[in-house]
Amino acid sequence: MSGQTKLLTMEGISKTFGKAVIALNNVQFELEAGEIHALLGENGAGKSTLIKVLTGVEERDEGEVFLEGKKIHPKSTNEAQQVGISTVYQEVNLCPNLSVAENIYIGRAPKTKMGAIDWAAMSRDAKELLKKFDLHLDVSKKLENYSVAIQQMVAIARASDIKAKVLILDEPTSSLSKVEVDKLFEIMRRLKAEGMGIIFVTHFLDQVYEVTDRITVLRNGTYVGTYKTAELPRMELVSKMIGKDYAVLNQSLKEGQAEKEGTRTGDELISMKGVSHQGSISGMDLSISKGEVLGLSGLLGSGRSETARVLFGIDQVNSGELYINGEKVHLKHPIDAIRKDLAFCPENRKTEGIIGDLSIRDNMALALQAKKGLFKKISKKEAQRIADEYIEKLEIKTPDADQLIKNLSGGNQQKVILARWLATNPQLLMLDEPTRGIDIGTKAEIQKIVIDLAAQGMAVLFISSELDEELRCCRRIVVLKDMEKAGEVVGDNISETAVMQIMAGGEK
Amino acid sequence: MKNKQYKITQNQAFWPVIIFLTIILFNTIMTRGEFLSISIVDGHFYGRIIDIFRNGGKLMILAAGMTMVLATGGTDISVGSVMAISGAIACSIIRGNLLPGLGGNVAAAILLAVCAGIICGLWNGFLVAQIKIQPIVATMILLVAGRGIAQLITSGKIITINSDAYYFINGGYILGLPFPLYIVLFLVGILLLFVHRTSFGLFLESIGCNSLASKFAGIKVNRYLLAIYTISGAFASVAGLIESAGIKGADCNNAGLNIELDAILAVAIGGTNLMGGRFSIFASVIGALIVQSITTTVLALGVPAAYIRVLKALLIIVICLSQSGKFKLLFAKKNLESKKKEAVAL
Repeated sequence: MSGQTKLLTMEGISKTFGKAVIALNNVQFELEAGEIHALLGENGAGKSTLIKVLTGVEERDEGEVFLEGKKIHPKSTNEAQQVGISTVYQEVNLCPNLSVAENIYIGRAPKTKMGAIDWAAMSRDAKELLKKFDLHLDVSKKLENYSVAIQQMVAIARASDIKAKVLILDEPTSSLSKVEVDKLFEIMRRLKAEGMGIIFVTHFLDQVYEVTDRITVLRNGTYVGTYKTAELPRMELVSKMIGKDYAVLNQSLKEGQAEKEGTRTGDELISMKGVSHQGSISGMDLSISKGEVLGLSGLLGSGRSETARVLFGIDQVNSGELYINGEKVHLKHPIDAIRKDLAFCPENRKTEGIIGDLSIRDNMALALQAKKGLFKKISKKEAQRIADEYIEKLEIKTPDADQLIKNLSGGNQQKVILARWLATNPQLLMLDEPTRGIDIGTKAEIQKIVIDLAAQGMAVLFISSELDEELRCCRRIVVLKDMEKAGEVVGDNISETAVMQIMAGGEK
Repeated sequence: MKNKQYKITQNQAFWPVIIFLTIILFNTIMTRGEFLSISIVDGHFYGRIIDIFRNGGKLMILAAGMTMVLATGGTDISVGSVMAISGAIACSIIRGNLLPGLGGNVAAAILLAVCAGIICGLWNGFLVAQIKIQPIVATMILLVAGRGIAQLITSGKIITINSDAYYFINGGYILGLPFPLYIVLFLVGILLLFVHRTSFGLFLESIGCNSLASKFAGIKVNRYLLAIYTISGAFASVAGLIESAGIKGADCNNAGLNIELDAILAVAIGGTNLMGGRFSIFASVIGALIVQSITTTVLALGVPAAYIRVLKALLIIVICLSQSGKFKLLFAKKNLESKKKEAVAL
């Protein structure tokens, strides 16, 4: 570790979106060679924007960037790569319909003497590279044949292979398993030893303390400070990130839960009896009561999202029966489920949730309008009232309801989608990974909202790959495995080990 | 007051209206006022301006239907062929070649022609919404086959008809104004009412931006796609009636030839994003007037007709540039730099 040379310096960076959304305000950042530097902050803090400015995806309004003392101003990721800044984004941005090898060498494919692409060398090199990551893939197969986790690893392999001085990892671990994360950290440490500077954006504090040397915290688009990881206690870090006392939030969460336990009612709202959908769930028995938060747990592909899709009429029931409030129903389209007072926040916010080019107001009114039908138009005034109400209630950070939803940060987008469904006044709210890619402050807020809603009698189906989140919110957790219900833990029996045991197939 | 000004300039139809007025002004100056002159003959208004509105009627109708198709991220390139089918059916019935039992009834002919347009639209919508064929390919089927169908109906001949009632569709006057103008007002008016008084507009924009998320929000995407292609087909058949009434017959080879491109151009001039999303039917109608006025301009100035195409191409280039983010950025930068220089100078 040299640790002395300033590899990268960013000074006075400012960026606004639209008329009034200030994403970055006079932010500074500094990276040394041979260090892993965590960039932290809650959603809307400006982490992603800062990275986008650095890599030329977004044009900065003000400020300067120096790489090894030289002023740089990349206008595209390609230019950024050429000066030595390589990025792996939160959402995999490779081409799923190209082969693994093509993805790794796209734009810099090895050439034969004739100037044609040397396919043999390309697949050989790709194999060689992936071996370093303990990935043994058929590099000629299309990338889409592999899981998101593997795609992510391929993206990281690609980024590390480009002769980069700065490697940016923007939430690379959100879809990786523990073993894969360990592998990634090993590689990060190796790259660091080779003198690369790594910027690591994540929401997992454990990982921050495991692998980083320094931490820079942003909040609401402003610079809070840079600290040595070893010298910053965890609680202090959290309060710097969210700017309010985390303990207070946590306390209110616990209180909410206590309240909920008191008022838990027994009326059955949803009942699935042996429901199957080909290729996603089979023989599912599930019952959800009013006023309960039911956790749905399991590994990726175990059927947790798929169950919600069937319940919401996106996928049809092939066999088995589905009852809502004791009445047998056939849901053929989401609108059928919405008319039965069901609501669903899907996992992929960007592709399945937000209508990017519409305003916050339109996004919020959409589901209610669909529920009311074509001819009962919600007046602009009424839509505005709904928007104002939820912007205040859910503390959505935006100057007004006219802003396009795509200009909001991920967490605020999620809150708008939540508002869209709350406006329809549902009896069952299904949340699929509602806190993915969201900082702990907003995470806690959303968890609290969920518990409050249940206390008011709403049933909530809570799907999350983060176990501790489910443990916090749910009184009952149903564990799925291989498209089937594998077991259930209730009340005091809920613990991480109990759930994991069922996931692993220990208990039936 | 300032706020009001701001709102007007932000309206999607603002620039199209300005462009249209500029073209009129340009012509007026070039022709020393002759362009604006309107004469009254037999209680009917005549003049270049009236011509623009009358001859632009077809295009305005097509552009209105096309706007919604483009707003969903699709396209309908079959409208010209649908016009040919509609004209062929109407003229064949009036002539008595088709369904002689109707005795050449004009009302029945019009009704059946519009029904044919609706069926064509349903077919396009079915391919796009249910079979999930890419819109440009799906509507290309009818673009190619449509003229063939029209020729089958007319047995490959140009059919001429003799019916004053039918001529009225294009050549008639009510209160001194040409009849096609009333058709436009009626169709576009109903459409605008429907789009703005119901949630149809919101749903279309939503589908155009993100159809999957729209489905998940409870919108029956397929049903709306089917509806808009059907409307587009129906509108095209009306345009076909106007065209064939204008030439007093059905010419399957030339009716509505390449007009789909003009319709798309009109929508683009109106500022609707061709990738789907925000749209304005009114702005597209103005766009259609602009396209039409270019033709009229060239004729008014006595320039060879070949220039019409060149002018249109230039217009397309201007639109592309005005919609390109990079180009705007270039301008913004120049502005910024000059402002900076001013600041330094101060």
